[in-house]
Amino acid sequence: MSVDGSLDRLRREGHIVIVGASLAGLRAAETLRDEGFTGALTIVGDEPHEPYDRPPLSKQVLLGRVPADHTTLPRRREVDAQWRLGVAATGLDMAAKRVHLADGAAVEYDRLLITTGVRARPWPHELEADLDGVFVLRTSDDAAGLHHRLSAGPRRVLVIGAGFTGSEIASACRERGLDVTVAERGSAPLVGALGGVVGEVAATLQREAGVDLRCGIMVTGLEGDSAGRLRRAHLSDGSSVEVEVAVVCLGATRNTEWLASSGLGAGPRGIACDAGCRAFDVRGIVTDDVFVAGDVARSPHPLFGYQFLSLEHWGNAVEQAETAAHNMISSSTDRRPHVWTPSFWSAQFGMNIKSVGVPPMADEIIVTQGSLAERRFTAVYGYQGRVIAAVTFDQAKWLEFYQQQIERAAPFPPEFTTVDRRPEGMHPVPAGFPDPSLPSHGPTVTLSGHSPSDRRISFTPLSA
Amino acid sequence: MTSVALLRQITDYANRADPYPLYAELRKTPVVRDEDGPYLVSTYWEIHHLLHDPRVSSDIRNLNPEAAAMTPAQGEDPNLPPTFLKLDPPEHDRLRRLTMRPFGPPHTPRRVYEMRGELGEIVSGLIDGFQGKQQIDLVDDFSYPFPVSVICRLLGIPREDEPRFHAWADTLAASIDPVRGSAEDQEAQLQTVRQARADLAAYLAGLIEERSRSPRDDMLSAMATGHGPDGQMSPVEMVSTAALLLIAGHETTVNLITNGMLTLLRNPDVLQRLRDDPDLAVPLVEELLRFEPPVQLLPQKTTLADIDIAGTTIPKGASLWLVLASGNRDPQRFLDPDRFIPDRPDNQHLGFSSGVHNCFGAPLARLEAQFALTELVRRLDNPRLVQDPPPYRQNAVLRGPRHLGITFDGLKP
Repeated sequence: MSVDGSLDRLRREGHIVIVGASLAGLRAAETLRDEGFTGALTIVGDEPHEPYDRPPLSKQVLLGRVPADHTTLPRRREVDAQWRLGVAATGLDMAAKRVHLADGAAVEYDRLLITTGVRARPWPHELEADLDGVFVLRTSDDAAGLHHRLSAGPRRVLVIGAGFTGSEIASACRERGLDVTVAERGSAPLVGALGGVVGEVAATLQREAGVDLRCGIMVTGLEGDSAGRLRRAHLSDGSSVEVEVAVVCLGATRNTEWLASSGLGAGPRGIACDAGCRAFDVRGIVTDDVFVAGDVARSPHPLFGYQFLSLEHWGNAVEQAETAAHNMISSSTDRRPHVWTPSFWSAQFGMNIKSVGVPPMADEIIVTQGSLAERRFTAVYGYQGRVIAAVTFDQAKWLEFYQQQIERAAPFPPEFTTVDRRPEGMHPVPAGFPDPSLPSHGPTVTLSGHSPSDRRISFTPLSA
Repeated sequence: MTSVALLRQITDYANRADPYPLYAELRKTPVVRDEDGPYLVSTYWEIHHLLHDPRVSSDIRNLNPEAAAMTPAQGEDPNLPPTFLKLDPPEHDRLRRLTMRPFGPPHTPRRVYEMRGELGEIVSGLIDGFQGKQQIDLVDDFSYPFPVSVICRLLGIPREDEPRFHAWADTLAASIDPVRGSAEDQEAQLQTVRQARADLAAYLAGLIEERSRSPRDDMLSAMATGHGPDGQMSPVEMVSTAALLLIAGHETTVNLITNGMLTLLRNPDVLQRLRDDPDLAVPLVEELLRFEPPVQLLPQKTTLADIDIAGTTIPKGASLWLVLASGNRDPQRFLDPDRFIPDRPDNQHLGFSSGVHNCFGAPLARLEAQFALTELVRRLDNPRLVQDPPPYRQNAVLRGPRHLGITFDGLKP
């Protein structure tokens, strides 16, 4: 039997299982069918819902413009799959090529794709987390619950953590006319992802929108009344805030616990894989049949020193899923690397924020177009004399150019003249990322390998 | 092909009816300098990158003196500030934002959508006018009057003044054509254009003043009375912007509709598909913008720094011509690019340009073309071309037929 023959048979009548029924899982399934896979396809998801889109949950859904159950992802094509929704995967037997499910069933596979993503990191004190009024925001159900509570008009909302999710929630609250306090451990909102220079702009935006923004502060406790309803939050400066709703926005945890005894190289920072999306086992040897994609994956990126990047980015989920699906049913010479340039966006306080590259890797920043004072600008991040990232506030149309600069490892600071270059942007300044030894909610990009900047480890609760 | 005289070939009227073989030749060298003139860029990705490159300026004041000397003045009104089409950020952004407020999202999200009824009426009225004829000139009888009426309604020009607008629009559109003939002819045309601009400006100034006193629900009123974070346009900026909307807002649509009908008549199977399924109009118009873009090339860009692209260094201050219509037919980007595929997937064409100068009026232009083509094929019984190719206008930049004779057997209600 030739290798090609067995690949043909896999494509024709093999069984592919996808664990994780969200964006990456769906796009992978569609790509498999697009590329001619005609075998059996099973998609396992722990939520009962069809794959849905998450970006609207912290924006349009909280504003009441779209109901939480109306963010179902558009389908690119029929996928003809057996859907096992509302059932979590509980274990993986790599030798037997079998996935165990929470309902006791097992599914056998020829190829497995893991797209189990991340979940919101809960409030670490369980009793406090159980108080009525304490929320996280990751799932459609979370969004529906939070929207319902915001509609009741709480006197004040506390947002714990001013990363992207926290800032978007604060923005939605202000747009709804709700009083909101934001507590952030770092020196400014978004500081972990975009650094202090841009963080200061975000802080100004929040304060101008009427947010009670408190930086350099931790929430030390949540206090309820006798009926178990949240009433008060205690802060590390000794003050307290009367609140009825608190949204915990402390980042995410990767859903890898079910793989604990599988022998796969899976841990709190995700599942390590090669650039072709093939998972590593615990010995660091690449597997043949197990692929990973999306938020749960962690893969080396040649553009960023082959460091293992794990990204919670919408676009990454789509493209990595497509690459993984393609590679799953291709011979080794036809496989493609996943070399997507990290990029993400956010909408908050009337602002369109976009980023390419890996800002937290940078040491310096320069405003190349527009002005921080006007809050319309393009900022370029430099690392050891090359362009490593760029961020735009309401100037997204230029971003593609800077992406090319990153991809070409262009020198930093850029020497050329551009349209809309102001005197204030002529010199690079320190980018202002927090000392990695200080905990913060962290950026939505993490690097590992030889990078010292992964803040998540120290912040992972022991119970997770 | 040598680099010699590329420009002359593009502007040569002999190539007007079908410039695409010439563009195919051009694409063999993605970036090429024409004799001592501008740098021509003809391939999709190179054009796309330059449209997003902040080192590329739309302000001709940044041309180096040598290149500036070769760029003809086009009867600009020295009393009016440059329009945002010819400005860079931040001035461009401010004026464009101010103009956007009364035109589209987020402040006026339904302005264009709510014109649907009016568009339908204008289209129906014009087609009703074909009653009793067996032959029309689509350009004069339909493609011209339609968008001018639309832009007048949008701005809030009183109906009785619309004919004056048609006249000014014709004169100003002609000015974009390269002038043929003697120096006296050119001077005479320039004089006519200046006069039309001055008349139009005076008219608009008067109307804007009137609207600021008694505003209505139209764009001129909104521009004259609106206040936002950017403040307000100055009166001359308003005049300049309104004139831009008039000219850019219809001259291109004329060609979009005419090229569209021509393409449909050359592809009877597609025409029938549109007749059977009016929803096809949406992707079909996109394909039209790729296949026969009304703006064939953007001739007014310049470089603020040396730019290395496709193995060529374009020096600072050079004149840059981006041949959009060529990029749209680049086989490196589009599968089977010379075929008209009305429901083509993956159709990120350059028909509306891209980047910060991406066509301001695109939502309206799309809707106008969709309405026009759907209604024309629905109502014209057995339409046929009188002449193929039809006579084209001189203009190589805003390319389209000057006349498009169509015969038909009758008119459906």
